[in-house]
Amino acid sequence: MKAIRNFFDNIRPGFEKGGRLHFLHSTFEAFESLLFVPKTVTSGGCHVRDAIDLKRTMTVVIMALAPALLFGIWNVGFQRYLSINQEVGFWSIFLYGLEKVLPMLAVSYIVGLGIEFASAQIRGHEVNEGFLVSGILIPMVMPPDVPLWMLALATAFAVIIGKEVFGGTGMNIFNPALLARAFVFFSYPSHISGDAIWIGGLSKGVGVVDGFSGATPLARALAGHLPFSAMEVEKMFWGFIPGSVGETSTAAILLGAALLILTGVGSARIMLSVAAGGYLTGLLFNLIGGSAYMSIPAYQHLIMGGFAFGAVFMATDPVTASQTKSGKWIYGFLIGAMAVVIRVLNPAYPEGMMLAILFMNAFAPLIDHCVVQVNIGRRLKRAKQAVQKV
Amino acid sequence: MEKESLFSAKNLKLLTDPLGRSNPVTVLVLGVCSALAVTVKLEPAVVMAISVTVVVAVSNAIMSALRSTIPNRIRIIVQLVVVSLLVILVDQVLRAFAYDVSKQLSVFVGLIITNCIVMGRIEAFALGNKPWPSFIDGIGNGLGYGLVLVAVAFVRELLGSGTLWGYRVIPSSFYIANGGVYENNGLIILPPMALILLGIIIWIQRSRSKNTVKS
Repeated sequence: MKAIRNFFDNIRPGFEKGGRLHFLHSTFEAFESLLFVPKTVTSGGCHVRDAIDLKRTMTVVIMALAPALLFGIWNVGFQRYLSINQEVGFWSIFLYGLEKVLPMLAVSYIVGLGIEFASAQIRGHEVNEGFLVSGILIPMVMPPDVPLWMLALATAFAVIIGKEVFGGTGMNIFNPALLARAFVFFSYPSHISGDAIWIGGLSKGVGVVDGFSGATPLARALAGHLPFSAMEVEKMFWGFIPGSVGETSTAAILLGAALLILTGVGSARIMLSVAAGGYLTGLLFNLIGGSAYMSIPAYQHLIMGGFAFGAVFMATDPVTASQTKSGKWIYGFLIGAMAVVIRVLNPAYPEGMMLAILFMNAFAPLIDHCVVQVNIGRRLKRAKQAVQKV
Repeated sequence: MEKESLFSAKNLKLLTDPLGRSNPVTVLVLGVCSALAVTVKLEPAVVMAISVTVVVAVSNAIMSALRSTIPNRIRIIVQLVVVSLLVILVDQVLRAFAYDVSKQLSVFVGLIITNCIVMGRIEAFALGNKPWPSFIDGIGNGLGYGLVLVAVAFVRELLGSGTLWGYRVIPSSFYIANGGVYENNGLIILPPMALILLGIIIWIQRSRSKNTVKS
């Protein structure tokens, strides 16, 4: 620890004003404060003082993402060897997954952080921490076979058009990771939908077992191959199904959710209300009936596809979600409800979670505005009554 | 009164200003809707630009010539009559000589009448100036509109279809379907991306010339 501290102190003069490397000063600061507690603290004014800062918050989110990511990496390998019907050991499975996922992580971090560092330097700001989490989230919401240049382009689009033009971390209207996914979704639809792309190597078709279909449960449900057997439901919960890298295992995501709620980093209100929205809409469809998809048990909507991942890691994004307490209930509930509605009723989109969250992102400020106005009205009325009594 | 030459410095400024620092689309933000609708390919964009230029220039000149005879209270209705006459003429000419493009542009030729640039220039310029400067102003604004249209259409056709003016620019062997690595971008063909491209053009212009930024 001491050695690192000394190293930073030794090279500091070069980055200070007048130093040769001053043009990289925000890069220096970013690395220093990643490893050590920053020296500058709030000194005056009426700020709430807290030991935690944005970087630590982001670190907690990354820890919460770890189970889903590790399981996702394993599952990429598992699905691959399932599709070519080979039995191999745990490490070969994991290694195949790493081979697929590590380049995706690297690309998203290099492109995203590159743009973040450059724009911080141009503006003379410190580097924002926001991308630490987005950089992991972006590969986790992509199918394992997505071409890396598409990933790079989507990341660049999300960071520049989705975040930097609005003023950087904390100013964005839409969740950057979902924006990256939406970019790929609308730009290159054949690489992020259909049955062949959710399992690594399946689209090339080399060595794949005859008649093997890579269809996800969502695609199956939309095609009407229902109901799911008890074993399939179990598989969906634990995550042994094809899908985007990080979204498949509801169990691993719940572990992360527990950490987020315990540390107070993620909003339990939003997670609960998304689940409630999805569940109740599922029940409503059960009442209506009509098609096989409408009558699947409502809880199955919560463990299929990206529902759990979206509810825990995407909808709770503190920047793009509603800020008020009752606003969070409304915001979350509508996300859950809309995601299920899109899934069941719109044949063009097997998964509705991404669109539902992006849509509600746009409405979050409006919800907050209404909540605040209602509250002001209520308090004015109370004040008036108090005056009349006197 | 001193007679001014047809292409005096003042008149030339009317022609060149709308191309840059008072561009109708990027600075005044007029005529945006059609800029989103007709810019998927270069060819319709260019035809649209020429049509708008003709309509703006001629209607400017006519309204300027009539400006002292029209009662102020009914001037809008007279403007509408003049503009719609010109739009119908342009539409008929396109149908006669460029039927394919006219079909691609479909309703947007007729909608030139609602293009804010046309009414905007008549109200802001033609009603207070002589016919010739008004005509030049119309040409300038039409070309300024066309410039942005062509810039947006260039990017959209190149990245969205891999062609320019209908000719293949990106070799088909580059595509994933033919064993390459490239794929056309589907998002850029959708209207939102036209809006984003327009935003980027405005962004670049404003960061380069500070006089277009309101303090």
